[in-house]
Amino acid sequence: MRPEMTAASLEATARSSAERGALARARLLRGLLPALSLALVLLAIAWLNPRAISYFGFSLMLNLAIPIALATIAQMFVISGNELDLSIGTFVGFVGCVTATWLKDAPLIGVAILLGSIGVYALLGALIHLRNLPSIVVTLGMSFVWQGLAILVLPKPGGKAPDWLLAIMSFKPPFVPFPIIAALLIGLVVHFGLMRTSYGVILRGSGGNPAALKRAGWSLLRTKIVLFALAGLFGVLSGMALIGITTSADANIGNGYTLLSIAGVILGGGEFVGGRVSPIGAVIGALTLALAASPLLTFMHIPPDWQVAANGAILIIVLAARVLISRRER
Amino acid sequence: MKKLLALSALAAMLASGTALADTSGKKIAFSNNYAGNSWRQAMLDSYGIVTKKAVADKIVGAADIFTTADKEVPTQAAQVQNLILQGYDAIVINAASPDALNGAIKQACDAGITVVSFDGTVTEPCAYRVVVDFKDMGKQEVEQMAKFQPKGGNLLEIRGLAGTSIDDAIHAGILEGVAAHPEFKIVGSVTGDWDQTTAQKAVATILPSLPDVVGIVDQGGDGYGAAQAFAAAGKPRPTIIMGNRQDELKWWKEQKDKDGYKTWSASIAPGVSSLAFWVAQQVLDGRKDIPHDLLVPYLAFTQDDFEAALPKIKEGGVATHEYTQEDALAAIKANIK
Repeated sequence: MRPEMTAASLEATARSSAERGALARARLLRGLLPALSLALVLLAIAWLNPRAISYFGFSLMLNLAIPIALATIAQMFVISGNELDLSIGTFVGFVGCVTATWLKDAPLIGVAILLGSIGVYALLGALIHLRNLPSIVVTLGMSFVWQGLAILVLPKPGGKAPDWLLAIMSFKPPFVPFPIIAALLIGLVVHFGLMRTSYGVILRGSGGNPAALKRAGWSLLRTKIVLFALAGLFGVLSGMALIGITTSADANIGNGYTLLSIAGVILGGGEFVGGRVSPIGAVIGALTLALAASPLLTFMHIPPDWQVAANGAILIIVLAARVLISRRER
Repeated sequence: MKKLLALSALAAMLASGTALADTSGKKIAFSNNYAGNSWRQAMLDSYGIVTKKAVADKIVGAADIFTTADKEVPTQAAQVQNLILQGYDAIVINAASPDALNGAIKQACDAGITVVSFDGTVTEPCAYRVVVDFKDMGKQEVEQMAKFQPKGGNLLEIRGLAGTSIDDAIHAGILEGVAAHPEFKIVGSVTGDWDQTTAQKAVATILPSLPDVVGIVDQGGDGYGAAQAFAAAGKPRPTIIMGNRQDELKWWKEQKDKDGYKTWSASIAPGVSSLAFWVAQQVLDGRKDIPHDLLVPYLAFTQDDFEAALPKIKEGGVATHEYTQEDALAAIKANIK
């Protein structure tokens, strides 16, 4: 706590405007932090390998960040309901396997399976709310279910992405690389839906202050179902985007996304307490993580024995920077 | 005179047949998706030894190793894309998935980069594959088992990492072997992930529910764990096929010294990474006649020769073989039919 803030609380009436100014500055800093860390990582990459800062470079470096961003948004919906989803990674893998098999060979059945899996997500939300179960336990269990189903759908790696999906993911718009446009689109659409609509406020409130919402007459069951269904929807989009890039699937393809998506939400300014999330921040957080973990590391030429540890260290540094700044707020 | 010298130099160059183009300025990257077991460590060691010498001898300009932090496909796909941006001339890759990296591999090929995969190979047609005949290895396990257990009986199978092509190929080979030897029956199957601890736990869990087992067919890295599980349960020791790991061969030697225990051991030599490196170097050298699928033999040890190999393996390591440029030339020649 900074001295001037203590003083402000003592002479609240006289200096409330100064306090508000300090708080607003801290808020602004917090809002800008994801963008700042992204800029920092980009600067480091530009310095290490100038060739990467080009249309071609951005297309290559960022296209795999799109499925991560979508999975991060899925996780963000769950976190804003004050829950945690440990199954999103294997769910993305399952969707990938369905995309590379059913969705290509029998599109109708494929679509039905994917819609059904979103339904399963919605049911999970209902189950967690009605039985008052800890979401960590339920989703951890589900992660094994999705993994098992993925291996059932695709016992050995293979399959092929539908042509229309390949065409979308390899789309080359003029001037601005596709991944950047896609990231902007995802961020803005979700920002508008969750932060600017009245039902978005209810959804966030159900995680931040459920008691107040309940007293106001809103159904918490319904909000939880909607949040989980949205998570399922974005999980499906993430799996499809991933297969559109890799062209072919593998039952283990999404396993790393669970932790990446949580880290992305936190890096993007979200918090575990529920209700406090930022869609645009989450997208930027996902991009930062994707860039920091792979391109930055590859360009740094670290001895192979240290690469794995260095990857972890980069993630901790990036996340620690966020904690340092958000502490100022208190 | 000068002309004659130049001509003879040219003739010498043509006669040697290898140095078509200069590769001393070429950069080769190694994309690896996992480093967390003895086999992968030996693979990286062998690769490091061979490539350091190749760089020192100015055969290639640089040979850097990149390992991803997790076993995930998307991470490695991103890594390959970054290696493209780094401007490498060739990428040697042990891939996390045979199919799911094809998008990134194709991008590399389109950027004019030579891609050579081994162990975990990729199916993208533009890449080269240095393949060990895993299916034959699985089949051979049952053939060998038939020698040690001529009466046949029940077998326990230990599988590798689920969903990988290697697990699939060895398993298919074992099934083929059992089909050819109807005296054997697989009564149980567990997943050992090529790891002693995982295998030990898995075998210990299934053991009480199994009838008597005469042999274990597995995929390497799991034999010692299986032996421990049997010993802990007080069950009679079956014939366990080994996978060239130091702890496995050491256990085999202990048992052999005790009562003449017999078995067989086979695995892919981790040093096949160095073979893949030389193949990449040959492609960069301008050779156009190299088949995209190169079949190389696995490394097997029998009752007679395993003890000689044992002292050469590092504690906790796995038997390997560092391939030379000549080995690679011979392997390429054997595959040109």
